[in-house]
Formats: sequence, structure tokens, C-alpha cells
Amino acid sequence: MTILRPATQALLRRTANRGVLTAAASTVRSRARSVVVSTTSTLTPSRRGFADAAAATTVGNTSPWAHFKMAPPDPIIGLNEAYNSDDFPDKVNVGVGAYRCDQGMPFVLPVVMEAEKAIIAEEMDHEYSGIAGCPDFVNLALKFVYGDDCAALQEGRIAGVQTLSGTGGLRVFGETLATFGHKHIYVPDPTWGNHIPIFKNAGLEVRKYRYYDNDSCSLDFSNLIDDMRAMPEGSCILLHACAHNPTGMDPTVDQWKEISNVAMEKNLLPFFDSAYQGFASGDARKDAAAVRMFVEDGHNIAVVQSFSKNFGLYGQRIGALSVVAADPEEAKRVLSQLKVHIRPSYSNPPRHGARIVTKILSDPEKTNDFVHQCMGMAKRIDGMRYELRQALEDLGSGRSWDHVTSQIGMFAYSGLTKDQVVALREKHHIYCTLDGRISMAGVTSNNVEYIARAIHDVTGGK
Amino acid sequence: MFTFARANPVAFLALLSLAASSSSLTTALAVMPESSSSPPASASASRATLPSSSSSSSRYLRDVPEGPPDPILGINESYKSCADPRKVNVCVGAYRDARGRPWVLPAVRDAERRLLDDPATNKEYAPIAGDPTFVDLALKFAYGADADVSVIAGMQALSGTGACRVGGHFLSRFVPRPAGRAKVPIYVPDPTWGNHVAIFEECGMDVRRYRYYDAGTNRLNYAGIVEDLTNAPDGSVILLHACAHNPTGCDPTFEQWDAISELIASKGHVAFFDSAYQGFASGDAEADAFALRHFVSRGHNVVLAQSFAKNFGLYGERTGTISVVCSNPEERSAVLSQLKLIARPMYSSPPVHGSNIVRTVLTDKGLTGEYYNNCREMAARIRAMRERLVDVLLEVGSSHDWSHVTEQIGMFAYTGMSSEMCDVLTSEYSIFLTRDGRISLAGLNDDNIEYVARAIHAVTDGKSITS
Repeated sequence: MTILRPATQALLRRTANRGVLTAAASTVRSRARSVVVSTTSTLTPSRRGFADAAAATTVGNTSPWAHFKMAPPDPIIGLNEAYNSDDFPDKVNVGVGAYRCDQGMPFVLPVVMEAEKAIIAEEMDHEYSGIAGCPDFVNLALKFVYGDDCAALQEGRIAGVQTLSGTGGLRVFGETLATFGHKHIYVPDPTWGNHIPIFKNAGLEVRKYRYYDNDSCSLDFSNLIDDMRAMPEGSCILLHACAHNPTGMDPTVDQWKEISNVAMEKNLLPFFDSAYQGFASGDARKDAAAVRMFVEDGHNIAVVQSFSKNFGLYGQRIGALSVVAADPEEAKRVLSQLKVHIRPSYSNPPRHGARIVTKILSDPEKTNDFVHQCMGMAKRIDGMRYELRQALEDLGSGRSWDHVTSQIGMFAYSGLTKDQVVALREKHHIYCTLDGRISMAGVTSNNVEYIARAIHDVTGGK
Repeated sequence: MFTFARANPVAFLALLSLAASSSSLTTALAVMPESSSSPPASASASRATLPSSSSSSSRYLRDVPEGPPDPILGINESYKSCADPRKVNVCVGAYRDARGRPWVLPAVRDAERRLLDDPATNKEYAPIAGDPTFVDLALKFAYGADADVSVIAGMQALSGTGACRVGGHFLSRFVPRPAGRAKVPIYVPDPTWGNHVAIFEECGMDVRRYRYYDAGTNRLNYAGIVEDLTNAPDGSVILLHACAHNPTGCDPTFEQWDAISELIASKGHVAFFDSAYQGFASGDAEADAFALRHFVSRGHNVVLAQSFAKNFGLYGERTGTISVVCSNPEERSAVLSQLKLIARPMYSSPPVHGSNIVRTVLTDKGLTGEYYNNCREMAARIRAMRERLVDVLLEVGSSHDWSHVTEQIGMFAYTGMSSEMCDVLTSEYSIFLTRDGRISLAGLNDDNIEYVARAIHAVTDGKSITS
């Protein structure tokens, strides 16, 4: 006679009610019926359901997670959650770097929508792409950043893989560096918050080089160069390709040249994070100038590209990682090692967003549409910069707000202190990160005055 | 070593890859400059373009060796570049229809069209833990419609691989190490999916194996399971395949699962389920969830890696979840916060297309019904191929006992063929399978099944398929 636990019997009944059982399942059932279940047990007889899970015994009577503490919320994304739970009708989200149209709504580029419609209409499958991702996508992504006329690209000496947007590319390259003997990486101070845990988790010590002068709200260039000269030879140096996050301060062409020269002297490994190409100035070619200069100058750079902002593909997690090698054979070997780190992380990257980018960049007309729509986003943000600055000046603010219009890209590094940011949040329901970084993409013609008044208030007009 | 390789081909391949990459590490470390001890070769005032190979920042690149090809995906690549018109791909576990083509589930197509028509659809970032509606539906799909999700910490993950990776990091950080051990041990079945070993090693775990398959009888080695789990130090992590074990297709019976549950509880082990085939094993998603749900009902705080790659045919969209059954909602909150801390520096937030599709299907009764039918259809075709393969083997005169293949469950037939036999199948017959003798049945159809059966007969006739 069978002794099956009540839960099992219930399961079998539910299974039976579901309809025709397949042969295998009924074989399983009949096997179960014919054998007596062992009654030796170190557990108390189970009571059904999840409510009992808490009360049921495991060895030691505690769950393995009982001693856990809450981890701190993410400084940037945690902000979104705080914003979402705020009831204030005029609340403003200028935290996460995600573009909003002038109505404050998320914006899907029309060319992206069309590409997606075409993809669905073509009834494509959802098969695995290779570990390195979709080759068409990778080729187009590399052309996008290096330029069609890039010699290194034409010579086949750039190894490229599709990645989980910028974060995923940074992590894969960080792990690869650590595997091949790098112990540390240099990032600018300040930098995007997530850079630090990404590289730490990749196994690298994160060191900083001076980048921004808070007092003058400008690039701390001479200290930047000094810090580069003090770096151990062969160190990897992370550079923001354009529209530095969070400061919006980019080196000038001459300054980039000097950075390139010093990097060559010290044999540094320049690693570019390119998250805003096309979005910074509105001109994709101009925004890639630093990357292209370094390749021209002979550096073996690595580049991570994100298509989150410029293509508005945020949640699709689309990006690319590339490494400029000495020759095609070396590029092949490097590629194989990047794959070694991808396979035990997520096996292969998501297809859908890569298909969208491929559809667009492989078609000159669609590419043109993309360029214009991306430029449209950049222009709107630029317009908001001027409006915000104007509004602050009109309010009679005692400080200079020039930096709001001279900074580039999605963010205004306002210069607000931590306390002032907290006041902005608590008193005015305006959410930005504690470093005073304001996502200009969240500023609209409807809220710019409100924001200016709030900033004026928390700074005491000084 | 060859006996080991023959008996544990997947494990052997995995070790081979690891050996290759660790020898490359040694070479690289030997030449990587850590401090500037000598002047850089390229130091000069010249601003002309320097030959890139002279820069020592790229010296590390020069010494980068070719990484080992992935055992499974590498064979797939070989299939693609094979010119033989007879070629058959029975390597990757991806479903194919009766004409050998990828098949998008009609329920999935319908969901995709609906997503397009939905004006609210945009491409925004998902939260770090993913789309909460999707996660909720996914958890209920696995744990049961009446599951109490308020005590389950669940996070969207990058299919099964991503879920195992996050789960592994989580366990490696928080499970107490047994006395005298530097790393948290995780016991995986021998054999297991090849990538498991690499994933958990990357997580800093001590990957051990428990006996699982008896190659002498081509059946479950139940006594081996019990002995090895008993000998594992208390509080080890035990990886269990929720159903349709990959690669063997051998699952424990109900009563064996029950006894394994008791044993794991008595040792204070952590049960970590990998569920990649729910719905695909028997064709019935509820029945396939038995083991997982049984463990939960017995009080285990299970960890679950869930994949929608096969059962929803969403392979390349990388859709899955990682979840941890906790004792109360506060614990759930704390655990979830820790899972997010692992995801954020790895990929920030998960890709939404696949989860949008699953959410659309599972929130609509009609689409859900259609989905279950589609899933049953896939499982039924695979089972038909399983039975037909054995029938034809017997018809063409094989005298082997192929009953193990008939009894196995899921996508694969674990034939018992040696790696040498597999090599011959590939080199002489252009049949591409993994070297452990695992055949993906979905790659078979009426056009090629006789060819494959004859080839298998040819390489196994007069030889042993047990060891």
C-alpha cells in the first residue's frame, strides 16, 4: 500500500485534473503507487503549504539566511524607488540618467519602434546567439565608435563582443584584466558610482586619479596629468569617452592629446567607457573623437559602448566591448579570452535589442533617422540647460551657473552640497543623487522654473 | 585518466578547459609587469604613431593564449561550418520542429504582437531585481499558484546561467564554511551540465561531485547519491536538477526524492535546484515541479535557478529567475537586497524583452492555455523521437539493451556511447553530439532518424555501451 504525503497526493490529483497526462508522467505516477514510502524521517511530518515552511523544522531550526542584514539601497537606482513612493503631485525625478521628452515621459525613438515592428513582422526566432553575441551587431557597433575608415578595424585587429550594456562590458573586461595579472584600475574622481563595485567584484583594486576641481567647477587638468605620471607603468586607466558622468566636463582636444601622450609615455592601458555617443554633442562622430584619436596614436585601447541612452534601449541591455590588438591573430586570442568570462556569467547576450540596432545601423536611411532623433534628444537637453541657468540668474542667484551650460551630456553637476540635495528632496520633492548630479533629461519646460526656485531656496540664493 | 574520461566525459572536458585556462594564467603572470622597473621601450618625445606591439600596456595581450572552445557551443560551431549534406545537429539542447527548424511557440508570437500594440510599452530600465510582475508569475509557475511569495526572495536573472551565477555568489558569500574549509563546498551531480562547474568556480566555491549515474547499468546510482551526500560535510550546498537531468535524463522517483530530501535536511545541507525543463520533461508543468515543491513543503529553504529558455523557447532572450525561500518577509527583504548587490555590478538590470513576453503570456488565461498546449506539443514530439530512435535501433539489428534511453526523461538521450564512438559519429557520419554520448532528441526527425540510428548501430555494434 502506498503511503504518500498529503502534498504529493494533492499534487497528483491536480496533475490528473489538468487533462491528458503524458506517458512519462503516468509512468511516474504508477511507479509511485506501487512502492511504499520510507517512514524513517528526521523531520516532523509535513503540513501542507508555504505557511508551514516557516514553522517546519530544518536542522538547527533556523533558515540559513536568518542572520542577514539589509544591504544598503543603490545610490542611484534606490533613488528611483524613493521617488516612486513619494505622493507629492509636483515631484521631480532628476536622478537616473534616462531621457524624458518635454512631457516628462519616457521616449522610444520612432526609428526604434519601426525597427521593432519590422523584426516582429519578419517572425524571427529567439535562438541563442553565440557567446560573443550577434556578429552583425558587433561589426556595426564597432564601426559606430571607431569609424568606417578606421585602419585597425579594416585590418581585423579589433576583438569585439556584444555585452550587457555598459555594466556588462565593464565587468567582463575587468575580470579579463584581473585574470591576466592586473591588480588595479584607475578611475576618475568622481566617476559613475557603479564603476567602483563593478571593478572590485571583478577582482581589481580601484584607485582614483584627480579629475574635477569642485571650487572652479572645471577640469582639474594639471593634477590629472600629475596623477597619470605617478601611475605604475602598464596600469589600466578608465576614461569617459565623452560627456563625463557625473561632471559633464570633458577635456578639450588639446587636453586629450596631452592625455594620450602621457599614456604613451607610461604605457598605460586606456579603457574608454562610451555611454553617450551621439547624445553628448548631438554628433556621433564628434563624440567619438577621443576614442579615434587614441587608436590613431597607436594605443591598444579597450572600449565599452552602451546603447542605452543614445538608442533609448535601456532595458534591453545592449552594448559592446572591444579591444584593439596588434594583429588579427592576437585579436582572435583576446576574443577567446573574453568569451571565457562571458560563458560562466550569462552564456550569451540578449538578442532583441541587438536586432533593433542592427536593423537601424545596417540601413543608411534608418541610420539617418537615428542620427536626427538622437540629436533631437541632445538638443532638448541643451535647451533645458540654458533655461535652467537663465531661471537661476533671473532669480538673482549670487553664484555663477555657467557650468550648467558649459557641461556636456545628460547631467549637470550642480555643485550642491549633500545637505542641499537632501533639502531639495525633503522640502521640494526633487530627487537627484547626493553628489548634486542633476539629470537634465528629467528637466522639462513644465518643471524648470520649479526646479530653479527650489535650487535657489536650498542654496539661500548665494 | 582515460577510464575517468570515459566514465565522466563531461567532467573531463570541463577539467580540460580549466587546466588550459589556468596554465595560461601562469604564463601571463610570469610576464606581467607590476612596477616600472625598466624604462618603457617606447618612451620618446616623438608623437608619431608608434607600432602598437612595442607598448608594454599591450604586452599582456601578446601573451594571451587562445582560450579553450566551449565544449557544447564549440561543437555547434563545428556543425555550422561542416559541408557534409548528411550532417545532423544533435548537440545543443534547443528544440527543433519536425522539419529541423527552430520553433517559436505560437503563444510567444501572439504575446510579441500584443507587446507591439501596447502603447504603454517602452524600453525603460527594469529595476535591478527585474520586472516584479514577471518575477511573481515566474515564482508561481515554479512553486505553485498557491505559493506564498511573501517569503520568497525572487529576482529576474539572465536565464539559467545568470541565475546559477548569482545564486552561486550569494551562497558563496553567506553560507557558513564548514570547519577548516576555505570555500563553501557545492556538490554537483556527476555528470552535470558542463557550464555548472565553471560558473560555481567563478563564484569562488569548492566544486565537488556526488555520484549520480551508474554507467555500468545506465541507470541512476541512487546508493552513490545517498553515500556521497552523507559523506559531504554538514551544511554543504547540493545542486539538484529539478527534472529531466541534463545530460542523463535520469530522475529520481518520488520516493527517492523524498528520501534525498530527508537526508539533505538531516545534514543541514542547502538544496539548490536548477530548473531548466519545467513543462518539457513530462509535458506537464505541474508534474515537473514535484521535486522542488516537495522540498519546500518539507521545510527546506531552497534556492532555485529557473530558466525559460527551453520551455518558452526564449533561448536568446536570456529570461529566468533566481529565488531563495525564506522563513519570513523580513528575511526575504534582506536576502533580496543582497541578491541585488550581486546583480548591480554585474549587469545593473536584466533585459526586458523575454520577461515582457512571459509576463504577457502568463497574465492572460487564453495565452496561458495556448502556452501549455505548445509545451505539451514539444514534449510529445521529443518523446516520439525517443521511442522511434530505440525502435529503429532494434530494427536495424542492434543487440544492445536500449531501455535506458526509453526510460530517460527530457530533451536528451544519454546513450552510453564512449567519447571515441562519438568522435567516429562526428568524423565519419557528420553527426554532431557532445562527447559524453548525449543526443539532443529535438534534432531528430523523420528525415534523419534512420540515418542516425544506423550510424549509432554501426559505431556501437559489438562494443559496450556500459562501463
